[in-house]
Amino acid sequence: MSTPVLTVRNLTKRFGGFVALQNVDVHVNAGERLGLIGPNGSGKTTLINCVSGALFNDEGAITFEGRDITRMPPHQRARLGVARSFQIPKPFRSMSVLENLRVPLEYAAWSRAAHRHITDEAMDVLEQMGLKGRAHENSAGLTQVDMRKLELARALAAKPRLLVSDEAMAGLSSSEVDEILEILLALNRRGVAVIMIEHIMRAVMRFSERVVVLDAGQKIAEGTPEEIVRNPQVERAYLGE
Amino acid sequence: MKLRVNAFWVSCAVVVGGGLMLTEVLHNDYYFNAMYVILQGTLMAVAWNILGGFTGYVNFGSAGFFAVGAYTSIFLDKYFGHALPLPVLIAAAALVCALIGLGVGYLSLRLKGVYFSIATLAMAIVFATLISNWRYMGGARGAYILTPETFLWFHSYIQMLFMVILLLTLGAVAISRYLNTSRLGRGLAAIRDDEVAAECAGVPTLRLKLISTTLMGALMGIAGAPYPFFVTFVDPASAFSLFVAVNAIAMPMIGGTSHWIGPVIGAVLLGSMQQVITVTVSSELNVLLVGLMLVGFVTLAPQGIVGLAQKYWRRRAR
Amino acid sequence: MLSADLLSNALVAGVLLGGFYAAVAIGLAISFGQLDIVNIAHPAFVIVGSYIAWILNSRFGLDPVLIGVLATPLFFFVGVVMYRIYYAAFERTGQESLSGLAFFFGVMFILEVGLMLVYGVDYRLVSASYLGKSFHFGWIGVPLRMLVPFTVALVMTGGIWLYLSRTFMGRAILAVAQDPLALQLMGADPVRIKQFAFGLAIATTSVAGSLLIMIGPVEPSIGRDYIGRVFAIVVLGGMGSISGMFIAAMILGVVESVVSTFAGPSWAPAVAFGVLLLTLALRPSGLFGRR
Repeated sequence: MSTPVLTVRNLTKRFGGFVALQNVDVHVNAGERLGLIGPNGSGKTTLINCVSGALFNDEGAITFEGRDITRMPPHQRARLGVARSFQIPKPFRSMSVLENLRVPLEYAAWSRAAHRHITDEAMDVLEQMGLKGRAHENSAGLTQVDMRKLELARALAAKPRLLVSDEAMAGLSSSEVDEILEILLALNRRGVAVIMIEHIMRAVMRFSERVVVLDAGQKIAEGTPEEIVRNPQVERAYLGE
Repeated sequence: MKLRVNAFWVSCAVVVGGGLMLTEVLHNDYYFNAMYVILQGTLMAVAWNILGGFTGYVNFGSAGFFAVGAYTSIFLDKYFGHALPLPVLIAAAALVCALIGLGVGYLSLRLKGVYFSIATLAMAIVFATLISNWRYMGGARGAYILTPETFLWFHSYIQMLFMVILLLTLGAVAISRYLNTSRLGRGLAAIRDDEVAAECAGVPTLRLKLISTTLMGALMGIAGAPYPFFVTFVDPASAFSLFVAVNAIAMPMIGGTSHWIGPVIGAVLLGSMQQVITVTVSSELNVLLVGLMLVGFVTLAPQGIVGLAQKYWRRRAR
Repeated sequence: MLSADLLSNALVAGVLLGGFYAAVAIGLAISFGQLDIVNIAHPAFVIVGSYIAWILNSRFGLDPVLIGVLATPLFFFVGVVMYRIYYAAFERTGQESLSGLAFFFGVMFILEVGLMLVYGVDYRLVSASYLGKSFHFGWIGVPLRMLVPFTVALVMTGGIWLYLSRTFMGRAILAVAQDPLALQLMGADPVRIKQFAFGLAIATTSVAGSLLIMIGPVEPSIGRDYIGRVFAIVVLGGMGSISGMFIAAMILGVVESVVSTFAGPSWAPAVAFGVLLLTLALRPSGLFGRR
């Protein structure tokens, strides 16, 4: 039995009168690969925003590696080891690809990084992502795929123990999806727990050890990929009654 | 890397040396007056850019910080009967304005950028109203300041003031340059480029924004502190002036906001142009021209002169 | 100190003033409250409107309100042009925050100093037959130079509020900042809608300017006092709420009038900015803001 690295208990988030998430319970074990799926508007990104700290939940608690992070601001969670990539890439546009990675290395990972060799560490990450050749290019001019890779690279550079990948593969070609998948699997092999939010089913099935399904702000199913695929409630959520 | 660092400090030494030489060689005080104004503008521009160009938050209330610095100087000078030396006044002004920067920042930096900008404008007008109604400081009619008798080894008081502001400006430029290339500066740049992404990358955005605002406030207060001794008559209209407000924004934006040398270039060019125009035409025309140049540069060359130069060199390299 | 008739006059004046402030602020409620465009030059446009009213009134004797209404197409056109420049230079490239703000700051200075250079700093007035008269209800005096602007302001803000809530274009304007994608899917071009809205916002300054110069004399720099007022009103009312803006305008008018009467008019500019800072500190979403 492995210990949970992230526990989300009874989480509720409201936007005015609209309940985006209701009493959601999710946990991620150390080094686990969790898939998070659900139809559009089911609350996946809201859940991730609450976990990373971009939003504060109204009720419930979030624990990371035993510590209560429910009211912690995002930058502190990043320092503890929670990293996320953004669905729509948000590069630091005035900086080169390499400089983009300096920021998480010098801030989120400051306690875990080698202070005198930041540039080397950044280059290592770029190498893993296949972006080394673009290190000195301006980040605003990258292709879609490379921007997604940069998003993940930045999350990686924060030296996280939990990485949330928010639809990193949306709109990519089949071979590009495989590239990103390989990167995430390699990352996971080094002990990083990964939550993958995706609509591309074959990626979720291939990647996840366990899958959580959200619909209309509630968790409706949880289990192995095979169990989920056969679950009639899940089918109903996606296809309607 | 090491060679470049030395080049900067050598240039600073040359400038200081040059300034000292001018005080020996030039005897027409008019030139020192003009250079004082240009240097004051440079200091304000460099200060503004720390929060504006480096961090991405626009301060509309520069005149407020400047004026509070000036009036802090006046107040302490009057209260202690001219006993306090200029460096003490400058330090006091820095402290007061740093606190104001911190206060305004704390009030509004947790909201969207535009609210901060409006809050800075609000701060400037509130202080202008307070000071206009404060009789001890002369109220709306203004206050006279006597020029001190001592000016060290220089030939006139204005020469000494010129050296003072030269040193202060070089100090501000050095701080700005350090920020541009430091870990703190990179954090600020991340905030400017994408605050949410910066926060999720571990950057303590509120803390850095407050540091940036406090530093900017302090430097602007420092710019204002010697001003009463320069003009000898200060009233709220001139201290909280149009000129100071628009120049503080126009000079860095025209020069180029992402590099530490941008505000310096903008200030020296614009400042010199304004000195010429004030003498030959009128000072209102100055503000109009600065406004036109600001709008022109911001729409057509948003990276400023530095940006244009970089584009030019990049094209030549190809 | 606190005499009943002084207070009641101050309150009535405050209400009339508040109605007028709503006319000045409604353009900003559209450009800033709906479109998120920080048009800090908005009051400067109002002053331009005042000057046009003065010029045509003193030369041709036309009624200032009439001038204000007739000049709206011109102002609308200027607004459209300005938005196109703003969009091309900033909105499209995502630079709104720094450069957009600086842009309007520059425009504000150009307008103000331009007027100063051409017309000087003398105070300008308009004259109309009704401006000197007042109604009296007991000890309460209601000067027509305030009542007429108040009435016109009511008509204008009411009309715009109806337009925004009842017509397709109006509702599109309300929707465009929140969901441009949905609008596109409905076949409406968000850029053209914003362009129209901004034109409308600047058009209101024509009328507001003529009302301003009816209430009191105008010179180029008084626009700066209004920056605080209009932003305070829009922020206090809540972004995106026209009715909230109107209530906030009333509140500001009354508070300013009372402060002016009992503490002196030199404190008036600080009232608006003080209200603004308080709102930002305590309730940044305003009274009726969206979320």
